Amino acid sequence: MRPGQWAALGLLAAVVWASFSYLALDLGALRTAEAGASMAKYAASFLPPDLSGGFLARCGRATLVTIAISAVGTALAAVAGLALAIPASGRHGPGARAVARLVLNLLRSIPELVWAALMVMAAGLGPFAGTLALAWHTSGVVGRLCAETLENAPREPMQALQLSGCRPAVAFLYGTMPVVLPQFVAYALYRWEINIRMAAVLGVVGAGGLGQMLYVSLSLFQQHKACTVIVAMLLLVIAVDAASAWLRRALSGAR
Amino acid sequence: MRSAGGRWIPEDPAALPRLALTVLMVVLLVPGFRLTEFDPGLLFDPHNRLIMGRFMGTFLPFATAPDFLRLILKATLVTLAMATTGMAIALLIGCPLALLVARSLSVSRIGPGRGRLLGSVLRVPPRLLLMVFRSIPEIVWALLFVRAVGLGPAAGVLAIGVAYGGMLGKVYAEILESGDARPAAALLAAGAGRFSAFLYGLWPVALPELLSYSVYRWECAVRASVIMGFVGAGGLGQQMDVSMRMLNGGEVSSILLVFLMLVMLADGLSALLRRLAA
Repeated sequence: MRPGQWAALGLLAAVVWASFSYLALDLGALRTAEAGASMAKYAASFLPPDLSGGFLARCGRATLVTIAISAVGTALAAVAGLALAIPASGRHGPGARAVARLVLNLLRSIPELVWAALMVMAAGLGPFAGTLALAWHTSGVVGRLCAETLENAPREPMQALQLSGCRPAVAFLYGTMPVVLPQFVAYALYRWEINIRMAAVLGVVGAGGLGQMLYVSLSLFQQHKACTVIVAMLLLVIAVDAASAWLRRALSGAR
Repeated sequence: MRSAGGRWIPEDPAALPRLALTVLMVVLLVPGFRLTEFDPGLLFDPHNRLIMGRFMGTFLPFATAPDFLRLILKATLVTLAMATTGMAIALLIGCPLALLVARSLSVSRIGPGRGRLLGSVLRVPPRLLLMVFRSIPEIVWALLFVRAVGLGPAAGVLAIGVAYGGMLGKVYAEILESGDARPAAALLAAGAGRFSAFLYGLWPVALPELLSYSVYRWECAVRASVIMGFVGAGGLGQQMDVSMRMLNGGEVSSILLVFLMLVMLADGLSALLRRLAA
């Protein structure tokens, strides 16, 4: 190894050591037999999962709510994101572009969970707050991606339509949209996949779905119920992963 | 719409299918709106509006009391330290598991000898373990660890360690499998052990990719450790949760600003490190 690499390695080790000592983490204490036993006891207290019919039905409903939160949130975000992407791509002058980009950046850089905490304040506990939270954050992400797609789209089709007498709105719909629509749909679907996973956890701040069930059952020390909810989350995430991998392979194979 | 010879012909031949698709999507979303208890009226409910209005009204000016700034600085350092220590633990969990599950380091796969089936079966439990580790979201791990080791950064560190350990293990194994497997296979065939085959056959080729992915994950860990605070696992998030509960808008906006700077800093640092590693 070169001296520079040794130096980098040393620096890294120093940073890690400093972090451990700053947090005053006593991870050695976690490895004692006593801590191990109490950890094992804690883990065992979750088993077996609560599989009573009534609770399973509630979990199923919460899973549906989670999927609904992600779907509605993503749909709202797709519409709002597109609406913001048009000025952000510079079609209405540089002033509008700068303002729209600022708004998009603000929406995007506040994490979903912070949005959720804010929306719980504004709209009360429940899935509606989670939906709004996802919509805010996702419209920032989708809007930015769409703005870039719009900027890169060829202008000639729209110009040709306008020169032959179309109104600008119609020229946009028939000249530009067909070019960029597949990309938009791809972005929206990609975000939806991420949002399903996110919707499952937004509930920990009270925004509905599986997360809220988990939070409530953990707070009431109903470990068996919590275990069921965690398994439901796990299954949801694995199913989404598998579906998206399958879809990707199917789409790339079809091409 | 025009009518030609009494027959109705739409101006846009694709209008009907498009309309049908749009209607279908809206119909599919309707139950979603019901399930999510969608009601924009709630936002204008006088009680909610009063609370939110009072809260938003205090967003500016930013809170800049020296005591508060010192508190935020400490929380920021805790957040960064949580991300770094969490990554260190994730490496401790992920690396051995990646070496275990990587197919390119399988001795039994090279030769015609027995044990191939046994090898595949033995690789299932670590794969399952990795899947469970990474598929349970980090904030759920944080919730669980907060109840196991108490409020504070330790829970967040363990949560990042376990969740990211799962991700690192899977992705490292994929990176090791995607590169040229022949050097390692040759070493294994010549009788080298798994570890030395990895060290001399795979490591030199895969190093840049491994490094750049790890740095990217550290950046994600910074973001994650901010969020962890909302369930009581220390750092900036916990500070933000407290300020929100007290409806102190100035403090919330200050923390948001710090958070944005932190993310941008991590972003820049990670881009720089990745360029150095590549």
